[in-house]
Amino acid sequence: MMQTKQKAMVEAVESGLNEAAIEGRSLWRDARIRFFRNKAAVVSLVVLALITLACIFGPMVLPHSYEDTDWEAMSVAPTLVNTHWFGTDALGRDLLVRCLIGGRISLMVGALATLASVTLGIVWGATAGFLGGRVDAVMMRIVDMMYAVPYLLIAILMVTLLGREFYLVVLTITVFSWMDMARVVRGQTLAIKSKEYVEAAHAIGVSTGAIIFRHIVPNLLGIVVIYTTVTVPGVILTESVLSFLGLGVQEPMTSWGVLIQDGAGVMDATPWILLFPAGMLSITLYCANYIGDGLRDALDPKDR
Amino acid sequence: MSLLKVNNLGVQFTTNDGIVSAVNGVSFDLEKGQTLGIVGESGSGKSQTVLAMMGLLARNGKTSGEAVYNGKNLLTMSPSELNRIRGDRVSMIFQDPMTSLNPYLTVERQMTEVLELHKGMTRREAKKRAIELLEAVRIPEAARRVDMYPHEFSGGMRQRVMIAMALLCEPEVLIADEPTTALDVTVQAQILTLLKDLQRDFGTSIIMITHDLGVVAGLCEKVMVMYGGRVMEYGTADEIFYQPSHPYTIGLLGALPRLDHDGSELVSIPGNPPNMARMPKGCPFSERCAHASDRCVNELPPLAASALNPHILRACHKPAAELVNEAREVAHV
Amino acid sequence: MWSYTFRRVLATIPTLLAVITVCYLLLHMTPGGPFDSERKVSAAVLANLQAKYHLDMPLWQQYLYYLKGLLQGDLGASFRYADWTVNDLVGKALPVSASIGGGAILISLVIGVVLGVVAALRQNSLIDYFVMLLGNIGGAFPSFVLGPVLVMIFAIGLGWFPAGGWDSFDVRYMVLPMSLLVFINISTIGRVMRGSMIEVLGSNFIRTARAKGLPMRTIVLRHALKPALMPVVSVIGPLAISSITSAVVTETVFGLPGLGKLIVNGAANRDYTLVLGLVVLVTVITVVFNLLVDLAYALLDPKIRY
Repeated sequence: MMQTKQKAMVEAVESGLNEAAIEGRSLWRDARIRFFRNKAAVVSLVVLALITLACIFGPMVLPHSYEDTDWEAMSVAPTLVNTHWFGTDALGRDLLVRCLIGGRISLMVGALATLASVTLGIVWGATAGFLGGRVDAVMMRIVDMMYAVPYLLIAILMVTLLGREFYLVVLTITVFSWMDMARVVRGQTLAIKSKEYVEAAHAIGVSTGAIIFRHIVPNLLGIVVIYTTVTVPGVILTESVLSFLGLGVQEPMTSWGVLIQDGAGVMDATPWILLFPAGMLSITLYCANYIGDGLRDALDPKDR
Repeated sequence: MSLLKVNNLGVQFTTNDGIVSAVNGVSFDLEKGQTLGIVGESGSGKSQTVLAMMGLLARNGKTSGEAVYNGKNLLTMSPSELNRIRGDRVSMIFQDPMTSLNPYLTVERQMTEVLELHKGMTRREAKKRAIELLEAVRIPEAARRVDMYPHEFSGGMRQRVMIAMALLCEPEVLIADEPTTALDVTVQAQILTLLKDLQRDFGTSIIMITHDLGVVAGLCEKVMVMYGGRVMEYGTADEIFYQPSHPYTIGLLGALPRLDHDGSELVSIPGNPPNMARMPKGCPFSERCAHASDRCVNELPPLAASALNPHILRACHKPAAELVNEAREVAHV
Repeated sequence: MWSYTFRRVLATIPTLLAVITVCYLLLHMTPGGPFDSERKVSAAVLANLQAKYHLDMPLWQQYLYYLKGLLQGDLGASFRYADWTVNDLVGKALPVSASIGGGAILISLVIGVVLGVVAALRQNSLIDYFVMLLGNIGGAFPSFVLGPVLVMIFAIGLGWFPAGGWDSFDVRYMVLPMSLLVFINISTIGRVMRGSMIEVLGSNFIRTARAKGLPMRTIVLRHALKPALMPVVSVIGPLAISSITSAVVTETVFGLPGLGKLIVNGAANRDYTLVLGLVVLVTVITVVFNLLVDLAYALLDPKIRY
């Protein structure tokens, strides 16, 4: 009798182990599988990669320069002639090349400002979360303040005062894009710090370093990835708004926002000058949003 | 004729992992003034059974079979017809009193709306009646507290409010879904006593869902033991407690902590409840059952009258007599 | 309630002071800026600046004078136009922005909440897809893309409305800019409302309400609407801030003589003091608005005790 009971117990434990082997996939593999199952996210990823590659290599391959005038083709509609596939603007500059060059600037500003603001946000949030107490209160109060401020106006003021150099535009955007990340990272740090498994690790004598790298960092990583993808479209958008208002990079350099502003001025006669850069910007933002959604669905433990 | 007759009730959910059967072929009767206990671990389908009867399943849930109340099938009723019965003739108390009351409405509003709806009372009459009921469930200063918001009440008090709310229209059937699980032990006892008194005063039939056999023993005339969405054993509480004849029931009783035992360790049933998406082909309990044979794994045992006692229905391939004898041996060790 | 309000009002002061101070110092430290002695401005403007900003005094005194002016509602002098103070310019531009922006927020709150509720109640219906599509479009097509597209379709293509400009509150000039703002706001409000309504409808207390036999209409209006509105109330603050962005863009796209246009022109003309004055003004407006939203939130939620 006792033996059968024991046997049952052993079997139960074994079946439990088998189950663990089935469901014990790592978080990241699991997330990758879920992400690639999400059609919209995968398509968005491919499209965004194509746009990025086109922006990097397109201007090298295409026969036109972004600032040279084609005297034989001014304000022409999209045509196969002379490879003006997107047409030309009023100064006879090839719109396709200008869109790609503009994309370079927009994407580069996006990448740099995201990198900077994500770094700032993580450091700020993790510091506040780890230290806690009064430091935390003051740091988060500053974040709250930043939220309450009409950032575009201050960005306008900064650009007006500091100038419109490329790196200054990046700096200005960074200053107003890091708060979400800081808030999320702080919240997550606080939450993980008080989790039972961290306390358990403490209790059985795991070193602080090991706890940080084995428990806290991996748990932060997911949320950081998600919020990074959320930051990218926001940053690109801010750059475009500034450029659109005539406060971004200067002529003859260009970006999508500048091109859209140029196009909006002549849209009654030559609408393609507006529609192509607007389309490229919108597709980029659309894809970035979908990738962000896909990553969130793949990584968010709540839906699991 | 019985007040409520449930026949071959089934609940299926459409999920990403395919169709999950949460409840299969559940049947039982409820007489007037009677108390039925439905017992089982979490995930055994006991809550889904009653939620299905009340039309409260999640969006992706579907029902089969029938639940006949006063000659009408609750499962196929139109929503408006069902709304005339819910809260009036059949009412329900939920497990978690902290989240089951609307935090944005006063207790008064949440109680009076029931009477306005089902009894056509004015707000003033309804409030008077609500205060009476709050007094009946022994909430002190009911007349003052009725105008408060739920968060101003403690957990036990909120469950009392829930009970008062369920009894407003003097229902014929009261369904209590683990009404004491979220509460402190002392409060649990108070709530159970309260339910017993109220049943005596109002003559209500009660369906008590619980995983706590102590609750069943104190309150119920009949017991239905569920596992993996199926009925394992069904009969009168006295007989099932005296002579459990299903391995799962025996396990549950063994897992009950007892004061008269000097056993230093708590006995528990090894293993975990089955994954509802991947149910075994045979008996749902076969994975954890110490008596399981090949037949148990491959063939579903039907629910049939026990050879030892025809009043008890059991679903097990192993003859009842063998199990009862073994159980007796273990008890004597 | 009053002491809660008082505490909240006090709490806004550091924010305001911080913004004003940072902006003011930025202005002072800028080479070639308004307070740089090397600047080249007309004698009239110089006299104005001298009078307004007390340039002959030490920096901290200048700052205190500036603060004192702000407290009296004086935003200072224009750096470009000798005849205008910032207050004069604001006085003309504010009504334009307020009517367009305020009107758009009110309209979009009503439409957004209704759309969100209907979408939540009829999941996977046409309206639901419409609300989700709206949310997607709002996220991907920024106002400065949608604005010109609206103009292309309704002004240039169909000729229903003027392409831009302003004629003393003539409604025809207001329709397109307001539509643009409403559209952008609805995409957020609708999405948030839909999400929170779905969440609330799945909550335990709604199950209780259903178990009581209440009809769907009562459940939604009495039990679900208020809790579901809370997240919407809490996005109104951020929404107002992003509305300022949209307003700046909208006024540029449609050539409206509002605050946004004023600030963009000011920035382009390097009219530093005008931009500073506007930044301070709009910051005050936003902070006060956020304060009102917070108070509304506290009033709506019975669990918040002051």
